Amino acid sequence: MCLGVPGKVVSVDGQVALVDFFGVRRETRLDVIDEAVGPGDYVLNHVGFAIRKIPAGDIQETLSLYEILLREAGGDMMADDVRGEIEASRDAAPEEAARA
Amino acid sequence: MPETLARDDVYELKFRDPVKARALTAAIERVLDEIGRDRVSVMHVCGSHEQSIAKFGLRSALPRRLSVIMGPGCPVCVTDMPEVDEAVALALDGKIVATYGDMLKVPGTAMSLAEAEAQGGRVEVVYSASQAIDLARGTDEEVVFFASGFETTAVATAAVVLQEDMPANFSVLSAHKYIPPVMEIVAEMPGTNVEGFLAAGHAATITGSAIFERFVERHGIPVVVAGFEPLDILAGLLKLVELIRDGSAEVANTFPRCVTAEGNRVAQERLWRVFRATGGNWRGIAHVPNGNLRLRDEFAELDARLRFDIDLKPLWGHAPHKLLQSCICGDIMAGVAAPSDCDLFGNECLPGNPVGACMVSNEGTCKIWHQYGGHPEL
Ligand code: SF4
Repeated sequence: MCLGVPGKVVSVDGQVALVDFFGVRRETRLDVIDEAVGPGDYVLNHVGFAIRKIPAGDIQETLSLYEILLREAGGDMMADDVRGEIEASRDAAPEEAARA
Repeated sequence: MPETLARDDVYELKFRDPVKARALTAAIERVLDEIGRDRVSVMHVCGSHEQSIAKFGLRSALPRRLSVIMGPGCPVCVTDMPEVDEAVALALDGKIVATYGDMLKVPGTAMSLAEAEAQGGRVEVVYSASQAIDLARGTDEEVVFFASGFETTAVATAAVVLQEDMPANFSVLSAHKYIPPVMEIVAEMPGTNVEGFLAAGHAATITGSAIFERFVERHGIPVVVAGFEPLDILAGLLKLVELIRDGSAEVANTFPRCVTAEGNRVAQERLWRVFRATGGNWRGIAHVPNGNLRLRDEFAELDARLRFDIDLKPLWGHAPHKLLQSCICGDIMAGVAAPSDCDLFGNECLPGNPVGACMVSNEGTCKIWHQYGGHPEL
């Protein structure tokens, strides 16, 4: 539960951002992040909340572990925890998903 | 994300780069030579660190003289039995108890939430505090969010509590725990001999690395904040053994891409507006002063402990799992035993049929060791 999963901000509406997690679009809350975020920024998400904007120069490095975990098939527990973290964000509105 | 997929190989190389990993472990080896003792023990306090260490076989790559112990880094595992009892009592009393999936099989004095559900109790699994609120919005019945997790997760609960249109049938049963105080307890436990701590990157994202300054001052042992990727962990361990060698008790941050000294102030402000730190038991470990996060008085209406008269007496008639007294989960989290020291490990106690909390959670040492091959030290 201390895992935070990185995702790319697609759009922002008040305190809610639509975030792309490795191809899955979900809504993440922005109540506790300490910087303004906009489309194209990467954020670290934990149980449905963005907790940190990832500095531009560090994005690739931050994505690597999660990409590998998600690509690996099966019930690996680390991958499960990553999926759980993504699950913690809410389903984006269907029309939003369709536009994606 | 096609543009990133094309670069997968590059990432993988960078991240698991055997050359870099070998250079780091060789450097660790050299520093251990300089220290010159046959055992140096360090502790990390994060289930995700342990998953990464076990999954990528880091223990076998590290010099045997370096013992990397997982401390009390699993919030589910340290949830005390009476806290589970409160949730069980509420569920059996007809309240809808919403909680993280990891909490279901954690044993209480009499039973777990899963067992309470089998006896007609109302239990719902949620992935986030927001989903618990949604649940409350969809019903007139009382929904109690049984909230567990360390400060990073408590921040999410706090944010939800501070939302304006709170449904009247929603309340929180907080089992949130705060990590810095337990490090003090474990550092002083006889038999631990921990010479340095590896602190979890994402928790420090919230609290900032400077939070550990006071600990370092008091206990004279170094703390290094590290990320979760194998190379991050190795780099963190290298820094840690260097500090041990030099006798420098200080805080180092090897995860600057996510952690700053002061942390996320907005999140801290929300956290401390909603919660206060108070003393309480951590399962199997000790009473930890300031180790529990409880709702402040202003949020009394939302506090399930004040809102309901939680009666634990009916539970006392049930006998706890007969093997539970052999569980040494607490000793494992205090760093004085390993899962392999438990006779039940991999025998009577398995992920599908856990005896103790450390076999329940994905962040529990016993479950991680079991999933990744029994004894990842070998
Ligand atoms: S193997 Fe099971 S019984 Fe033994 S310490 Fe771990 S959780 Fe407890």
